[in-house]
Amino acid sequence: MNILVCMKQVPDTAIAIRLDAEQKSIDRSEITYVVNPFDEYAIEAGLQLKEKYGGEVTLVTMGPDRADEALRTGLAMGADKGVHISDPALEGSDTLVTAKVLAAAIKGLPYDIVLCGKVATDDNTGQVGPALAELLGIPHISGATTLEVDDDAKKATATREVEGGFMRMEVPIPAVITAEKDLNAPRYPSLPGIMKAKTKPVDKKDVASLGMDPSSVGLAGSKIQPMGMSLPPVREAGRIIEGEAEEAAKELARLLRAEVKIL
Amino acid sequence: MMRNVWVLAEHTDGKLKRVTFELLTKGREICAAVGGTLCAVLIGSGVEGMAPDLQKWASKVWVVDQPSLENYTPDAYAKAMTTIFEKERPIMLLLAASSNGRDLAPKLAARFDGALASSCTDVVMDGGRLVGIRPVLGETAFVRVGFKSPLQIMTIRPNVIPVTEPENPSNGTVEKVDVTFDEKDLRTKVLEVTKAAGKVELTEASIIVSGGRGMGGPENFKILEELADVLGAAVGASRSAVDAGWRPHSEQVGQTGKVVNPTLYIACGISGAIQHLAGMKTSRWIVAINKDPEAPIFKLADFGIVANLFDVVPKLAEEIKTMKTD
Ligand SMILES: Cc1cc2nc3c(=O)[nH]c(=O)nc-3n(C[C@H](O)[C@H](O)[C@H](O)COP(=O)(O)OP(=O)(O)OC[C@H]3O[C@@H](n4cnc5c(N)ncnc54)[C@H](O)[C@@H]3O)c2cc1C
Ligand SMILES: Nc1ncnc2c1ncn2[C@@H]1O[C@H](COP(=O)(O)O)[C@@H](O)[C@H]1O
Repeated sequence: MNILVCMKQVPDTAIAIRLDAEQKSIDRSEITYVVNPFDEYAIEAGLQLKEKYGGEVTLVTMGPDRADEALRTGLAMGADKGVHISDPALEGSDTLVTAKVLAAAIKGLPYDIVLCGKVATDDNTGQVGPALAELLGIPHISGATTLEVDDDAKKATATREVEGGFMRMEVPIPAVITAEKDLNAPRYPSLPGIMKAKTKPVDKKDVASLGMDPSSVGLAGSKIQPMGMSLPPVREAGRIIEGEAEEAAKELARLLRAEVKIL
Repeated sequence: MMRNVWVLAEHTDGKLKRVTFELLTKGREICAAVGGTLCAVLIGSGVEGMAPDLQKWASKVWVVDQPSLENYTPDAYAKAMTTIFEKERPIMLLLAASSNGRDLAPKLAARFDGALASSCTDVVMDGGRLVGIRPVLGETAFVRVGFKSPLQIMTIRPNVIPVTEPENPSNGTVEKVDVTFDEKDLRTKVLEVTKAAGKVELTEASIIVSGGRGMGGPENFKILEELADVLGAAVGASRSAVDAGWRPHSEQVGQTGKVVNPTLYIACGISGAIQHLAGMKTSRWIVAINKDPEAPIFKLADFGIVANLFDVVPKLAEEIKTMKTD
């Protein structure tokens, strides 16, 4: 089975975010980067499929040179190879452009299933998976909390959460499935895995080698134009309700009525 | 070209959801700003009865009411939208940032090469341009985005736009559309839908009572459920509580769980890690009950109680119950 996993390197949000002097983007000087947490579930799902059906897991990422670290992490988990799309022209790409670039790279590869994370924790859009499926002309299921793939019957079954419940859906493969947190428990890279990852093949691609026009990507090709950033208003600590637990509970109930006005 | 702003209606059990009216409120505001007309799109099976409620708001209500649209699937809904788009194109399409809205919007954006801003908390006018506001990086920053496309699509979070009913109901027209589905539009099959009966949905709840590792075990969530009952609230959880297997992931609040915007969020035995705050810090009011006075959650709580939650929570439920019956 040919399994593709799209993954993205994102800033570690455990680190306080600051803006640069022009308030246009974040100050990257103190940022550390990690694999998008949702992509770890996608990689794990890919590895489990490989264990069941054989074949290869190929990681695909679009990002600057540093994204190679993220690829190596996925390779250390057990993926076989990587595709790294990197080009200065890609800077400022919105998610639709990202999906177009990934689709262009994927069209040249054999695949039975494409796995993505449900959402990238940096831009928080969750758009790439469904957009990619549409561009590839294949179905998708987003936010999968369970996934079964039947390679013989060529179909995938997944559960996704919807407001007020769950929905179990079936699609023919190839399909795009995006992973929700609950899907599995991602394995940690082993020491031998980390060593092996260093020499696993990564195919470097740029915009020209994908046959794309530089003006159709990056900020120039994007329909979403960032106009600036701001930090949310700082929430001030309010008041601590003093007194014994019982009194405090009583006072809180009073405040909920008098100030929060919900009672 | 008509400057139409469209709202895709969300509904459940034959009723329009509150988020639909939130979107309509915003849509009306956008129309007033750009000089457009507000239209609504109603898709499903047996949904026509909801059209009159939309007619009050919209000049036109597009209705696709067919058995194959009983359950949401991206393929079938996208086909329904495509069929309507062939008749008329909006300049802007607003959807809820719900699980289905966020699933459909990118598919439509890719199909029609539109600009999509997802999970916005607002849309404002800035120098004659529409600008979407979206939280990024675990709610630690907001980005303002402009659109460069004849088709602008936005998903807007539930609970962020206060509904204001129309002063003069518009009594719009209803146009029924028949969609012909071919096999390609019905690739996705819904095998089963499970509904948690009577449960308040976290992302739509106006009050949430949430428990963390401090709850000590799954059985103790009973006291939170009782508090939630008297408040008409939904129950949430921290990742620690979820990863311990005490609560399902569907209840997790935070960066790898749900982002919620309730009026009131009561955190019980939750320390307030940055990834948890990412899911709830836009709540209008935050209450924290924690025995550790140094817990970071107190830094942003409007009201804090430093105490054993097992002493506070049942008493609070009891107090509220008496208040409500007064
Ligand atoms: C990539 C990533 C993503 C993450 N995503 C999420 C997410 O989506 N959501 C999330 O919540 N976390 C997330 N986390 C985990 C997060 O960092 C914290 O570990 C987690 O939120 C801690 O949960 P907690 O507050 O319940 O537990 P703890 O931090 O252990 O806090 C328990 C609190 O309960 C208090 N307590 C104990 N007993 C009592 C009592 N009897 N009465 C009153 N108070 C009591 C303690 O004082 C303490 O403050 C993520 C972490 C990572 C690395
Ligand atoms: N630059 C990228 N390179 C590879 N995959 C990506 C990229 N951006 C997004 N993805 C994939 O799409 C998912 C959702 O991302 P997003 O739509 O940006 O929230 C991620 O979890 C990845 O699987």
